[in-house]
Amino acid sequence: MNGRRQYDTDELAQLARQVCEHAQGSEQIEVCVSTGRSTTVRAYNGDVESLRSGHSAAIGVRVITDGRQGFASAGSLDDDVVADTLAAARRNVMFGEPDPHQGLAEPDDVLPPGLDLSDPAVLSVSDADKIAAAIDLERRCLSADPRISGVRVAAWSDGWSQSALASSTGICVQSEHGSCSVGAQPLATDGDETQIGYAGDAAWRPDELDVDRVVTESTSLATGQLGASKPPSERVAVVLAPPVAAAFIGVVASVLAADSVLKGRSPFADRVGEQIADERLHLVDDPTDPTTLGAANFDGEGLAARRNALISAGVLRGFLHNAYTARRSDTASTGSAVRGTRSLPGVGTHAPVVATGDIAADMLYASIEKGVLVRGVSGLHSGVNPTSGDFSVGAWGHRISGGELSEPFREATIASTLQRMLLGIGGIGATAERLAGGMSMPPLVVADIALSGV
Amino acid sequence: MHHVSAPTSETLGSFMTRTSDTTAAAEITAEPLVNLDVVDATLRAALDAGGEWAELFAEDRESASVVFDEGRVEEMNSGRDRGVGIRVTAGEVTGYAHTSDLSAQGLADAARTAAAVATRQLRGGMVDMMSLGGAALAEPRVAVLPASVGTERKVALLRAADDAARSTHEAITQVTARYGESRRRILVANTHGVCAADDQVRTLISVSCVASGDGGLQTGRETVGYTVGWELFDDHDPAELAERAARRAVTKLAARPAPSGEVPVVIARGGGGVLFHEACGHGLEADLVRKGASVFADRVGEQVAAAGVTLVDDGTMGPEWGALAIDDEGHPTQRNELISDGVLTDYMWDWLRSRDEGRVPSGNGRRQSYTHLPMVRMTNTFVTNGDIDPADIIADTPWGVYVAHLGGGQVNTATGDFVFGMTESYLIEDGVITEPLREGNLIGNGPQVLLDIDALGNDFAMGSPGTCGKDGQGVPVGDGQPTLRVRALTVGGTAA
Repeated sequence: MNGRRQYDTDELAQLARQVCEHAQGSEQIEVCVSTGRSTTVRAYNGDVESLRSGHSAAIGVRVITDGRQGFASAGSLDDDVVADTLAAARRNVMFGEPDPHQGLAEPDDVLPPGLDLSDPAVLSVSDADKIAAAIDLERRCLSADPRISGVRVAAWSDGWSQSALASSTGICVQSEHGSCSVGAQPLATDGDETQIGYAGDAAWRPDELDVDRVVTESTSLATGQLGASKPPSERVAVVLAPPVAAAFIGVVASVLAADSVLKGRSPFADRVGEQIADERLHLVDDPTDPTTLGAANFDGEGLAARRNALISAGVLRGFLHNAYTARRSDTASTGSAVRGTRSLPGVGTHAPVVATGDIAADMLYASIEKGVLVRGVSGLHSGVNPTSGDFSVGAWGHRISGGELSEPFREATIASTLQRMLLGIGGIGATAERLAGGMSMPPLVVADIALSGV
Repeated sequence: MHHVSAPTSETLGSFMTRTSDTTAAAEITAEPLVNLDVVDATLRAALDAGGEWAELFAEDRESASVVFDEGRVEEMNSGRDRGVGIRVTAGEVTGYAHTSDLSAQGLADAARTAAAVATRQLRGGMVDMMSLGGAALAEPRVAVLPASVGTERKVALLRAADDAARSTHEAITQVTARYGESRRRILVANTHGVCAADDQVRTLISVSCVASGDGGLQTGRETVGYTVGWELFDDHDPAELAERAARRAVTKLAARPAPSGEVPVVIARGGGGVLFHEACGHGLEADLVRKGASVFADRVGEQVAAAGVTLVDDGTMGPEWGALAIDDEGHPTQRNELISDGVLTDYMWDWLRSRDEGRVPSGNGRRQSYTHLPMVRMTNTFVTNGDIDPADIIADTPWGVYVAHLGGGQVNTATGDFVFGMTESYLIEDGVITEPLREGNLIGNGPQVLLDIDALGNDFAMGSPGTCGKDGQGVPVGDGQPTLRVRALTVGGTAA
């Protein structure tokens, strides 16, 4: 019983391997263990509002016996908890039902990208510096524009985590890294009207955080919405600003995960090799680019993370797989298992990237007689049905008329289907914008979307 | 931006069942989560380090879930979490430290860490400690602890649901049934003399179906969850739940595109409480009000809704999904009338915001877990009955949309603009419900929608359980309303 014990990643790996050694007969065991610490500072009215910090530890144990799977997890690495978690996972196996494709990942011959992601820079930031960063962020938002009346949230967060994953099939990997982030929600006021903006950034190192962008983007989103009105209902061309484009691309990538395909829940099942998007669209999942927070050496089952093309020139190249979906599809894992310590590995993207197109930034609206620039969406979780592909989400931003940006709009929705939207891409910006976490995304132009307002 | 979504077995928590087969009776005689002498010493350490006020929040959470997919048990998960968060305030500054190390030393270290933050500038004075005790233990308010029920019975429920869904209609091609249970025990003590405990047990089952037809794939989902134990299934038959989910998916195969633009909208009882959660609930949270991030700031005493609209947040409303004996700051939950006959009467309060206003908390201080700071949150939020027969509301609507079931929603509290998803809706033509509509979001402006309610039914019902997300923390909430009509909401469909 010693919750205060400190582990280094070698010791975590050793702990994970030791638990795996309990595998008996045909039993397979996979163990993921992690420790972490984090700090979050919020500033308000020029002072620290709160500082929250803590340590955490976690273990997740997956046991597979004769195609039956059980999982258990706990928030501690105490000896008795580790033993209890293994016992609980084994008990859970008893109620699982056999699936011939079930099984842990087997080591393949793909080499990991060999990224050095364990930059210790965040460890050298003192609490005083974190507080100063949050207070400075609030101050800069307040002074960015005279209409900024307050900042609901100005926050700094950082964390450091260590993890190891081992399995009875011979996998043993470990990782250690830090990250930090800032975020602001400024309020803009004009008379009785108040608008709120949001922007944030996250990076491996404090000096990689683009605080200038966070201040500019969050305050301009708030002030830009002042005076916004409800637009008429009509079919229009839509320009998706890079953060919104990223949100939609994230949804598209999720329905290209093989688990939803295998279970008949993806509108793109049976479409490999077909044109599912405009030929200008190229989408890859690339965890090998170390500048993004999606970078990784290994996936959630300990296989090498790798670059996977999903859509090339509009043609669906394939789906993302973990070990289970690959076995069931008679193919190889694409290294796309994603998981937390406390959950079973699913399938998903690490770092989706859309190739830039050919529309110069100053020509983005030029060919649009009637349309909208969507700067923000709401209700993505309730308004997109990833099975049918239908989507209808709240939208706000600026109207476009005669090839130029005009007044702001709000209280509207944009609706279509993911299938129609991909085929309706009418252009891609030539310049990608760096988003939170280092992801790059160009703006997307989509024709013929239903805008609902008045 | 804050949102509500249907809870899944994941958001219910992924924690572990006990390793020994303990019974409810054995649990009740257990020790407090943290020995009271240790609680006392920890709080004293926080004050000795300069804090003005200190709080200890201890949590022990266990949960289990079963996922039944493609006709077989696919996942069997369990999880366990235990930890303590120490909060120390000095003036306007709050320090918070959390740890899973429950030893006296671990807690003292956390107390000093939290105090060091709060007392950067201030050297606080000692406050007289109350003598702790008495309320440090709580009994689960359930008939049968879910963890005491054999796993094979849980699997049998899911299998029955799967069978029922598949036999409802040949178009049903996929069924996922999930069972989730959680038990959360908390102990809260602070230097103002609060010492309270609660034992919160929740049980949930949900069924999601996919139907395939000429028009592609459609989905239907039903969830039942309450702050109760295994007795949930005395009143709720998983097979009936599954049939409803299956019928919803099949019905939507024939759905036509929803209208686009402003439309009169009738919302079925229990199906649209989330509208009020989003349209005004978040805007009545005192933390948002205090920072000027709510359109309802400075409006107490004003007419903010149509006459007849009374909005209540009630954490005592067992066995609803958002029910609690105490909030996560140790204050008893209560029934808070927020809007009375259209007039704004009060906001919801946590300890910090009520301290600043010199008033008592309303029992709305909640947190996701011991690693989180509490803030103002809703519990069970609902609009009370009007006096119109719901059939008359529909008959009195020449053309519009009838929403039988809503999905999640999201609100921008600064403007009051909110969206929520229609997961089952129909066209109303000449006062009659006619064709099913495809899914879409509705968007409206909270203050305007409250004034635009022009018919309130007499058939109040609570809706499905929800998980409310705010600033990255998810907590269980309930909502409800009678059948009602909003004069105009923007329906985000694709039909011209």
